[in-house]
Amino acid sequence: MSHQPYRLASGGHIDRDHEIEFTFNGRLYRGHPGDTLASALLANGVHFVGRGFKYHRPRGIFAAGAEEPNALIQLGHGPRTEPNLRATQVALYDGLTATSQNVWPSLRFDLASVNQWVSRFLPAGFYYKTFMWPASQWMRYEHVIRKAAGLGKAPTDRDPDRYEKMHDHVDVLIVGGGPAGLAAALAAAATGARVMVTEAKAGFGGHICFDGAQQIDGQPAAEWVTAAVAKLQAMPEVTVLPRTTVTGYYDHNYITALERVTDHLGNTPTHLVRQRFWKIRAKQVVLATGAIERPLVFADNDRPGIMLASAVREYVNSYGVLPGRETVIFTNNDDAYRTALALDDAHARITAIVDLRAEADAVAGDLVAAARDRGIKTYFNHAIIAVSGHRRVTGCSIMELAEDGTTVTGPVTSLVADCIAMSGGWSPSVHLFSQSRGTLSWDDEQACFIPDVAHEATVSVGASAGDFSLAGALKNGLKGGMEAARASGAKGRQPAAPKVDPVTEMPLRAIWQVPTNAGKGKQFVDFQNDVTAADIRLAAQEGYLSVEHTKRYTTTGMGTDQGRTSNVNALAILANARDAHIPDVGTTTFRPPLEPVAIGAFAGRAVGGQFEPVRSTPMDPWHHANGATFEHVGQWMRAWYYPRGSETMREAVDRECVAARTGVGILDASTLGKIDVKGPDAAEFLNRIYTNGWLKLAVGRARYGLMLGEDGMVKDDGVTVRLAEDHFHMTTTTGGTAAVLDWLEEWSQTEWPDLQVYFTSVTEQWAVASICGPKARDLLAELSDDIDLSDAALPFMGVSTGTVAGLPARVFRISFTGELSFEINVPSRHGLALWTALMAAGEKYDITPYGTESMHVLRAEKGFIIVGQETDGSVTPGDLGMDWIVASKKADFVGKRSLARTDSLRADRKQLVGLLSTDPEVVLPEGAQVVADLKPAPPMTMLGHVTSSYYSANCGRSIAMALIAGGRARLGETVHLPLSDGNLTAVVTEPQFFDPKGERLNG
Amino acid sequence: MLLIDCPWCGPRDDSEFQYGGEAHKRRPPAPDQVSDAVWADYLFHNQNPKGLYLERWRHSAGCRRWFNIARDTVSHAVLEVYPADALPSNAAARAVYEQNWRRENEAAANAAAVAETTEIGA
Ligand SMILES: [Zn+2]
Repeated sequence: MSHQPYRLASGGHIDRDHEIEFTFNGRLYRGHPGDTLASALLANGVHFVGRGFKYHRPRGIFAAGAEEPNALIQLGHGPRTEPNLRATQVALYDGLTATSQNVWPSLRFDLASVNQWVSRFLPAGFYYKTFMWPASQWMRYEHVIRKAAGLGKAPTDRDPDRYEKMHDHVDVLIVGGGPAGLAAALAAAATGARVMVTEAKAGFGGHICFDGAQQIDGQPAAEWVTAAVAKLQAMPEVTVLPRTTVTGYYDHNYITALERVTDHLGNTPTHLVRQRFWKIRAKQVVLATGAIERPLVFADNDRPGIMLASAVREYVNSYGVLPGRETVIFTNNDDAYRTALALDDAHARITAIVDLRAEADAVAGDLVAAARDRGIKTYFNHAIIAVSGHRRVTGCSIMELAEDGTTVTGPVTSLVADCIAMSGGWSPSVHLFSQSRGTLSWDDEQACFIPDVAHEATVSVGASAGDFSLAGALKNGLKGGMEAARASGAKGRQPAAPKVDPVTEMPLRAIWQVPTNAGKGKQFVDFQNDVTAADIRLAAQEGYLSVEHTKRYTTTGMGTDQGRTSNVNALAILANARDAHIPDVGTTTFRPPLEPVAIGAFAGRAVGGQFEPVRSTPMDPWHHANGATFEHVGQWMRAWYYPRGSETMREAVDRECVAARTGVGILDASTLGKIDVKGPDAAEFLNRIYTNGWLKLAVGRARYGLMLGEDGMVKDDGVTVRLAEDHFHMTTTTGGTAAVLDWLEEWSQTEWPDLQVYFTSVTEQWAVASICGPKARDLLAELSDDIDLSDAALPFMGVSTGTVAGLPARVFRISFTGELSFEINVPSRHGLALWTALMAAGEKYDITPYGTESMHVLRAEKGFIIVGQETDGSVTPGDLGMDWIVASKKADFVGKRSLARTDSLRADRKQLVGLLSTDPEVVLPEGAQVVADLKPAPPMTMLGHVTSSYYSANCGRSIAMALIAGGRARLGETVHLPLSDGNLTAVVTEPQFFDPKGERLNG
Repeated sequence: MLLIDCPWCGPRDDSEFQYGGEAHKRRPPAPDQVSDAVWADYLFHNQNPKGLYLERWRHSAGCRRWFNIARDTVSHAVLEVYPADALPSNAAARAVYEQNWRRENEAAANAAAVAETTEIGA
């Protein structure tokens, strides 16, 4: 293990008292708390950390923040591994392990790097042109592309960490904790407004932390920052969130942010969540998101060791790390001179500054003058035309620019460099402003897009507004914060702007593609997606005029970095190729999330058992204690069947179905949806909602009802009981209850507000045990002495109230099996007692509990439909052969008119029929397609599909129902079911298989 | 995410609400009397303007009440929240209702449809 050869003796915000160990690509290194993975790697002299996406060329650490396109790493291993992280954002902790992404099989020996030798075969649109035909090969292409693309590996195990969702409402949200953001926060907070300020990095202050010696109000800038943050933290209405990235800016100032709570800690305390996902509604937003430096587009500008100039400065000043021992600075603006001064302050060797501007255009700048005073060699009007070195830059060649800046001229000068710090100017971070639908305008002098017209209640300040000076950031930050606070309703006076010494800077020289006469080198624009200037020119040449098309064709700006460092360069080169003005080419749209967000953060606590509530009935403990298997029905867990001993499912279901028709069966029907319908107009309301008549239903009687959508399609069904003149108890399908309640409410509130009727969900208020079979009456009689169970007193579709097993009960004589059947409703708290009492009393009748599977078989034997199984939203009552329930003489009901539409009357509509498999032992697969004319291979004319299919022990054979075009005209016909593992045949029948005349209802 | 000011509960996130499509769309009072075309218009056709729209919403995860909103489908600005059985009072929303809302002439449309049906029958 080496110590840290590129660590400076002093400087930076790292904890030098502690040294921690980490592993990168299997090698052990040392760093300090306060380092990022990138700064620690650089301290160890490691630049080469990954390979390009397409050509697999060696790539080095490029930036120091979120804009990093190269240093993508896979962090950790096992269930906590996370791909696509930028080493520049990963806080170093003791024991950290990381590996390079996009290398196979290893960083130094990468098989796919042969791509760089065949790169002329990988032009823009390569994927579209190559992996196109035949389409049947697409699955194979995807495999090859994925392997070569190196998008990292998702963990295969469950995420062991906890995440939290946070909701907050603020008057003013300030995004960014640099000088402008802090000034805005101080101004807004001083009014007493509720303020939140977020900063993506661990520390506040932004650029002033590493720009070098600057004074604010006579104190070092860093001290002003510390004091400002301390002041804000002490205010009760202010929330200060470091390590928090705003990821999305949505309608009506709804903002999401990711707070990394423990990612920077090696040993995570168990009481803390890993990340918090904030959902913030802000009255006003201040965007102080800073700016991102652009690279220069010159030949082989992707070699490891070539970095953004501001990143070099940040590594020196914030981390005490020297990215190179001999640095060449290549710039088109004054800001890179700050990097020269920082390196000089650290006694690092600067080979030269290469400035694209003529000396006369630059020399009046304060920073340029300072560099000259220190004797730093500067080549004005020069360009880097070639770079030497493969896995690490070793030097560069420069030439003078010809007058118009489009060609180079004169002798070649060679410069030694193990680091090239480049600066192509700055682009305001307008991503969030753009997400919020604000428009951008082009600032010709600064060569960047700046916010123009805001769509939301938002204001941009500081560098993100194109104001790159410290004095301007502080002044306009205060103003923006104050205006936002006032707009949110707060009052107060704007604090005085702190005093800052002005710095004179000269304009940049925009040379979007640096000329060269060396010819061969690739000039990268988008480093993450390996898009070169030549690719963009090729796209333009091939006719891709729209920037959105060019983006997709070349993939520029489509990486996880969303083109932070590449978009403006790409646009400018496209504009140049089209001979257009940059703003006329347009900009692309930025979309949330701003940075990749772990799925776990979106999920929060809604995972595992908290993902969705599980509903269980009051009888649930009994089912568990008696060996039931369960199935999901919506959110409910329902008893499916009750195997005895080593019974298979089929054996158990056969036994249960026979018992229900020969002795007595019992079903937990508590999940049935129940809606209490009350009011003087309740009967009239039901009469309009159901297809059949309800006005004349007697009190104490039940009726089956079918509900249609206004399009005439079956929506739900169930039995509804009239408890009093103005009081009904409606039942619905288990899965449809909520939708039915919504449906009733909608008609009541919006269409018939004149009807006095009220709806209450009572599904969970009633437990229901349904007993059926020839012995059902005998059993019930043993438990009830106050309900007359005779046919005369309690006929089919009759209702009685009394006690069962001493419990207050409503008994409905209704049947979903075709047998003599009673549904016993008791208040939920008595459900388990009722069930237990019925089981005990039923012992001598060999009472048999049956589950949902047997319920399905029993109803199918009778041809009773299940909404959602025999129907799919395209089925009318007529299609089901249920015209008998449609009261066509009623003036109107919901859906009635649609039943008379020509489409509803077509003879070839799919109609419900029975299907009897030719082989009675074969159960036709549900969902199987039915055809009349079997052909050796598809396509065949499909008639419909199997909706329900079971083995029926009571029928002694398999039975099925199907929806078949013109089905009722096909009774007796043989149809085919072509399946991948052999074809089946069946005969079309009536959809009733057992007791078709319904003689068993009376026991 | 829209912020919707429920008339009963106050401002809430739109995730608490359910969208209900075009507002003021009245069901033909005598469905049996209208042609297939008129019925289909009521059943299937909704306006889809780029701009101000009068639409129904329901506070499904709150008070469960239906109400109307005048919303700009481009800017997503909510100009007015008003009761289900009322007309908008906001001037721009009112103008949209008066000028463009095709339900305004629904009585005439129904009458025309009846005539048409009669003709076909004859
Ligand atoms: Zn509400």
